[in-house]
Amino acid sequence: MSIESRPATADDDGEASDVRSGSASAVGADAGDADRRATDAAPIVASDLTKRYDETLVFDGLDLSVDPGEVCCLLGPSGCGKTTLLHLLAGLEDPTSGRVEIDSEAVTGPDYRWGVVFQDPLLYPWLSVRENVEIGPRLRGEEPDPDLIDELLELVGLDGVADADTADLSGGMAQRASLARTLANEPEVLLLDEPFSALDQLTKMELQDELLRIVDELGVTAAFVTHDIDEAVYLGDRVAIMGPVPAGIEHVERIDSETRSRDDEAFLAERAATFERLEAVGLE
Amino acid sequence: MATRDKRRYGSELVGERGRLLPAVGLLGGLAVWWAVTALGSGIITNFAPAATLAVLAELVVSPAFYDHVFVSIYRFAIALGLCLTVGLPIGIVVGYFKAAERATTVLFQFMRMISPLAWFPIAIIVFGVGTQSAVFVMFMAGLWPIVLNTAHGIATIDDDWITVGESLGGDTRALLRRVVVPAVIPDMLTGIRLSIGILWIILVPAEMLGVNTGLGYLILDARDRFSYAEIPAIMLVIGFIGFWLDLSVRRLHARWNWG
Repeated sequence: MSIESRPATADDDGEASDVRSGSASAVGADAGDADRRATDAAPIVASDLTKRYDETLVFDGLDLSVDPGEVCCLLGPSGCGKTTLLHLLAGLEDPTSGRVEIDSEAVTGPDYRWGVVFQDPLLYPWLSVRENVEIGPRLRGEEPDPDLIDELLELVGLDGVADADTADLSGGMAQRASLARTLANEPEVLLLDEPFSALDQLTKMELQDELLRIVDELGVTAAFVTHDIDEAVYLGDRVAIMGPVPAGIEHVERIDSETRSRDDEAFLAERAATFERLEAVGLE
Repeated sequence: MATRDKRRYGSELVGERGRLLPAVGLLGGLAVWWAVTALGSGIITNFAPAATLAVLAELVVSPAFYDHVFVSIYRFAIALGLCLTVGLPIGIVVGYFKAAERATTVLFQFMRMISPLAWFPIAIIVFGVGTQSAVFVMFMAGLWPIVLNTAHGIATIDDDWITVGESLGGDTRALLRRVVVPAVIPDMLTGIRLSIGILWIILVPAEMLGVNTGLGYLILDARDRFSYAEIPAIMLVIGFIGFWLDLSVRRLHARWNWG
């Protein structure tokens, strides 16, 4: 599936409350979202971001804000600049102009408080699973807290293989270890770059559920890059749709997440409606 | 089904008796050695296995022989130490800085192709006859694999590993210590293994040319004393030590290897 470029319309901007069909479920969703969100989580605000590589303009004057405790999915076809946007949020690349703030602090480079989970697990093969999870604090010159590490290994379901070699892990297990490694730094926000795209469907669904549980439990703000509409709609409180370069964010869709479930009829109906709206704004 | 049974039988055979196969190979080599010396005539019969093993039995209980063994190992260790202290830093610099790599590639490939023994006259003129000359020639041979493999390891390190380390909050020093160095260890060990092989091989001619102790010298000395069976006996000792040296690095390499 791909997202087509289309002319901007009035209801295109970030705050897409008017896009939602007014219904009973919408009211419920607001209440649910408020519950879900940790009030002390950090907001992410990107304003007037422009990124240019030599002759290629990736996006121009892009604005995005992710509320505290919210999961915002960045959805778009390959090459639309969604990973670039995530790298700018994480400080892994510098914007050509504009600024990113996390918890009102300007992002000027990578920082452990802005935890990144990459598409590949990228575990260090010379370390055991547990040592990989401990590496964040160690890289910062701190002794990792063994209780926290135990807790995280249990949280991602790897407590049984803590001493295993990373080479012995399946793709799903490696990505769990990668997530735990990022969480060991106790980041204020989670920035995830298609972390499940290389996994088989079953593992992917399992990890999506676990991610939601973990985000709820820890109350962190998250930006999640994906090219999978299903995934974006299932995970996101909001879905920001990006068009082909240099369109940037074309539309933001709020998802009713209160009834979030793979088999709840109300959610499935809502999701189907969301799909239709997404199609209306530019999906083939 | 029959094929599968047969195949399984075949692999089981290799599995069960596989441990014996190296011994089969060694016995084969011994048989060829025996055949060449027994079927031949004239001076070659002096090198027969039986006579060699008899001399070897005498050598391994002779304290004087161990003086030669230890001085050879000593020279080898000095040369390896020099290769490591000079080769590893050069390799890191050459691998890390593109300009250093471009500046040195042609030079190193050129130097690598000059036989280390060609350095011998220069070594003797500069250092005189003695351990220094032998070590210098070994150093000129064993340096390159360490430099080139370390440089290759640094240059081909996975950038994403560094990016992950940065995003986890590592500064340059922490990244070097906890990411770059461990990541390059397998390449360094490959270089060290190659270097050890070369050093041990070059040791013998180096000791033939410039010194009057050590295993290389002992081979020529045996010839001069017409003690022909001693020559293959010393060769066996040289091979045994070399094999053992290589085996230990191979073990180390197996432990510190990741694809």
